Amino acid sequence: MKPVNFDYYAPSSVDEALDTLAELGYDGKVLAGGQSLIAAMNFRMARPSALVDLNNVPELSYVKPTEDGGLAIGTMTRVFDVEHSAEVIKRFPLLIEVSKYIAHPQIRRRGTFGGAIAHADPAGQLPSISVLMNMQALIKSKGEERWVDGQDLIIGPFMTVIEPHEMLAELVLKPWPARTGSNYVQVSRQSGGYAQSAVASIVTLDENERCKDARMVLMSVGEVPILSQKAGEILVGNAPTREAIEEVAELAVTTEIDPATDLHATADYRRSITRVLVVRSLTEAVERAKRGG
Amino acid sequence: MTEKYFGKPIKRLEDKFMLTGNVKYVDDIEVPGQLHAAFLRSDYAHARILKIDASEALKRPGVVAVYTADDFGDFWKPGPLQVPPPTAIPGSQFNARTLVPIAKDKIRYSGEVLAVVIAESRYIAEDAFDDIIVDVDPLPAVVDLEKGWENTSVLVHDDLPSNMAALVKQEVGNYEEAKKNADVVISKRMLIEHVAAAAMENRGFIASWDERNQEMTIWAGTQSPLTIRGSVSRALGLAESQIHVITPYIGGGFGPKVMTSLADDVLLPWISKQLKRPIKWIEDRRENFLATTSERDQVHHCEIALKKDGTILGFKDVFYHNTGAYDSYGMTVPLNTQTHTISNYRIPNFYSEIRMVFTNQMVVTPVRGAGRSEGIFAMERMVDFAAKELGISPIELRKKNLLRVDELPLNTGVIGQDFVVNILDSGDYLGNYEKCLEVIDYEKFRKEIQPKARKEGKRVGIGVVAFTEGTAVGPYEGCRITVSTSGKVTMTSGYSTQGQAHQTVFAQIIADQLNVKIEDVRVITGDTNQFAWGAGTFASRGAALVGAATYLAAQKVRAKIFSTASKKLEVPEDELELCEGSVCVKGQPETTIPLGTLAALANPMRGVVEPGVEPGLEATAYYGPPHGSTGCGAMGVIVSIDEETCKPVIERMVMVDDCGTMINPLIVDGQLQGGISMGIGNTLYERLVYDENGQLVTASFMDYLMPLATDMPKKLDIVHNHAESSLKVNPLGIKGVGEAGAIPPGPAIVQALEDAFQDTKLEILESNLSPSQIYEYLKKA
Repeated sequence: MKPVNFDYYAPSSVDEALDTLAELGYDGKVLAGGQSLIAAMNFRMARPSALVDLNNVPELSYVKPTEDGGLAIGTMTRVFDVEHSAEVIKRFPLLIEVSKYIAHPQIRRRGTFGGAIAHADPAGQLPSISVLMNMQALIKSKGEERWVDGQDLIIGPFMTVIEPHEMLAELVLKPWPARTGSNYVQVSRQSGGYAQSAVASIVTLDENERCKDARMVLMSVGEVPILSQKAGEILVGNAPTREAIEEVAELAVTTEIDPATDLHATADYRRSITRVLVVRSLTEAVERAKRGG
Repeated sequence: MTEKYFGKPIKRLEDKFMLTGNVKYVDDIEVPGQLHAAFLRSDYAHARILKIDASEALKRPGVVAVYTADDFGDFWKPGPLQVPPPTAIPGSQFNARTLVPIAKDKIRYSGEVLAVVIAESRYIAEDAFDDIIVDVDPLPAVVDLEKGWENTSVLVHDDLPSNMAALVKQEVGNYEEAKKNADVVISKRMLIEHVAAAAMENRGFIASWDERNQEMTIWAGTQSPLTIRGSVSRALGLAESQIHVITPYIGGGFGPKVMTSLADDVLLPWISKQLKRPIKWIEDRRENFLATTSERDQVHHCEIALKKDGTILGFKDVFYHNTGAYDSYGMTVPLNTQTHTISNYRIPNFYSEIRMVFTNQMVVTPVRGAGRSEGIFAMERMVDFAAKELGISPIELRKKNLLRVDELPLNTGVIGQDFVVNILDSGDYLGNYEKCLEVIDYEKFRKEIQPKARKEGKRVGIGVVAFTEGTAVGPYEGCRITVSTSGKVTMTSGYSTQGQAHQTVFAQIIADQLNVKIEDVRVITGDTNQFAWGAGTFASRGAALVGAATYLAAQKVRAKIFSTASKKLEVPEDELELCEGSVCVKGQPETTIPLGTLAALANPMRGVVEPGVEPGLEATAYYGPPHGSTGCGAMGVIVSIDEETCKPVIERMVMVDDCGTMINPLIVDGQLQGGISMGIGNTLYERLVYDENGQLVTASFMDYLMPLATDMPKKLDIVHNHAESSLKVNPLGIKGVGEAGAIPPGPAIVQALEDAFQDTKLEILESNLSPSQIYEYLKKA
């Protein structure tokens, strides 16, 4: 369990990092927190010929309020720092809630917000949340930058639209309207372990207690995070009653997910718990929205 | 004796060094000039080797040598039978096919070594794997135990007529006759899952040949340094005095590290001698999963026969035991299963049959629990099924059949791993069980807690089981105690340590016997140049055997102290007493002589040591019991389960244990807690899974789930219930406790889960359960 030989670059600025990536092209691989990549390299499953380590680029670590009341989060911000940011707590309690489930505290101290999203592990929490919240991803390359919607960023398991010469630099989170509630629930065999199924949801209510917006993402039940259409279709414009929520669960489980059987769960079990989790998550998100979010 | 330390919960002396990172493990040792070894391991579980070509690897810069089986010439041979089977069981059959150090002609498990690469660094050695061409003819793999036993199966060893490694039948009374008188007979097939030991530190080995002095120094993370010294001596044709094995600190053993004849301890000393360079190998986690021995994996076909009133008439068990590709460790594990199945209850008629099967999997050797857990699981489950069938509470059925104090000692008639008939020496089996019911408050749970939870729509269940733990088997262990002229005392033993706190507990015995401060006692273990007799650290035998030897040696030293002081002070021995660190005259506290001074007097540089007197304040003693001991106890557990997600939570656990006299109750509690975590892990999380091709699909901690702190019971009570009738066989009354905690959690948790769903037909027939499996069970219930 030792990695193959690789070249190692430790740029100290974003420009230097982008120059290096441009030079390396397909041979380069960005190293962020290393909590997934280094293990994959030790197993020799990943064999990058060069690593571009962003850990010496301080300008990539920040949580900054944006003018519209949202947040911009630098790609190298540690998950632990997001989890403990007062700015995040005020605006996006969902991120705090979900962070507690991401591996263990030691790993969150090292793992990065952008790194986890760019890794696009279908069982990872942050890639799913980036889809759910439609975080705006700023992708930079030498002399260029482009913005990609969070829901378009991930195109397959461990695959994103980010090219080898590019890097994910920042994620921008748009503010939530008033009366928005959110929730994350999962079933995993152990604390800090991979979920056999997980559901995150965001619900906005109008002054008549009807759903103005309802978004839900289903995780670990397909090859990529599944952004449910059913939650919006059934709930928006209507009162989020128990019956309506159960209908969302039924339709989501029967039409939207494609769970697999593995060592830890049968597909049937995954369907069963997904149904339970959808009901629990939407119900709690609605309750929180009623309390003002 | 004054008991200032013995029996007291004093803190472990080694912890301040271990917990601050100030002890050395094998990987911390750097020998000047060392090279690194890496083992190329087979991806196939079963295949004929057509060709292995390593010529390209030798061209890679930094690669020093590459060896395949052929390169070892006559040195290549199957290893010794590390534990031969007992000869005393009539009609038993055993086919010895011992581990080979490196695959030759045929690959028999995935992970078996195909080539050894020696390089300037481990990185380069692993790079060289890509250069080696391995050409094989794959064969179907033997994975399923019952199918593998059939005569039609593919053969793991071509020269045998079947995959039978052993067939052992033991019978007490006559089961088939007894069955005729039964009102109820229940038959079940149950699976016991395959689990890893997964010590925190993987194995490690350094062999360093000194050409000038013709000596081999070995550092090994082993539970048995003396066995390694013996096997290296035989393999290389060296005197044992030419081999020095040092076992530094070890991050856990749990059984597999008692194993020898693996690639490292056979091949690396030979290679070091060839190359005249030190060779270091540190096992990585993947190798540990693939190629370090593991345990469990049995299929039981059990039958229990009872009268309507719940009296057990007989028990029958035909079980398949996976020994893996080889069987160098004999039949220790299945014999433990046999002895433990009949170790709790009054069972006048008993039939047990071991069907030990060769498979294309890693070799099975003891892992904490070591066959005991399997036997207890099978019996406890069958008692539960019988209770349901008879409409008797599982509690009452157990109370009716558990052995009573006046029935012990009991000769069970079943021969065990120590080759002698298992004798249940002492203990209050029924009393332990009743104590457990009392502490967990069984009545309250049944009458208040469970009905209340059901009303609230919650599911909770309770399970209370009984168990035994065979401990303290022979042959013997020993030690030497020496008082220095500084007054400091040193004890050395061949009994290596893996974290059990030997430095503390043996020092406790000595400090009391010699009346010295515990800080002044130094315990040295696992260095064959210091003490070269003993068997190894396994089977919960350290405290009982080394503890007894320590006590005996300390008494001899104490006698020498008094005789030396008596001569010097010209005072009769019976007028002397030990004051802390010195001898003083009774009633004259000012007349003292320090132990260090006495040590100097006992080893005079001039003058005469009288004939028949050995110099020095030093003594050696050995202790070997006539038969093993048996610890016993009970476990109660309350489990809640989310019916929708099937996730169980252990709300409460009570363990009642009788391990005999305790040298240090704090350390006993630690042993039990550690064992319990392993038992919980085995039941709810850990599972080695081989696919139909013999591939291990759980070769990392991503897939093999170790129990975490958050998986432990929310509340755990440990109750020591030492029977007054306690053990006579051991001079200190010690039985042993190393494996107890790992034994009862399985049957207790499973019983509690069934209890939580008592309104359904839920019937659990395996020892390892994920929430998904519970869900699948409930679908059928």
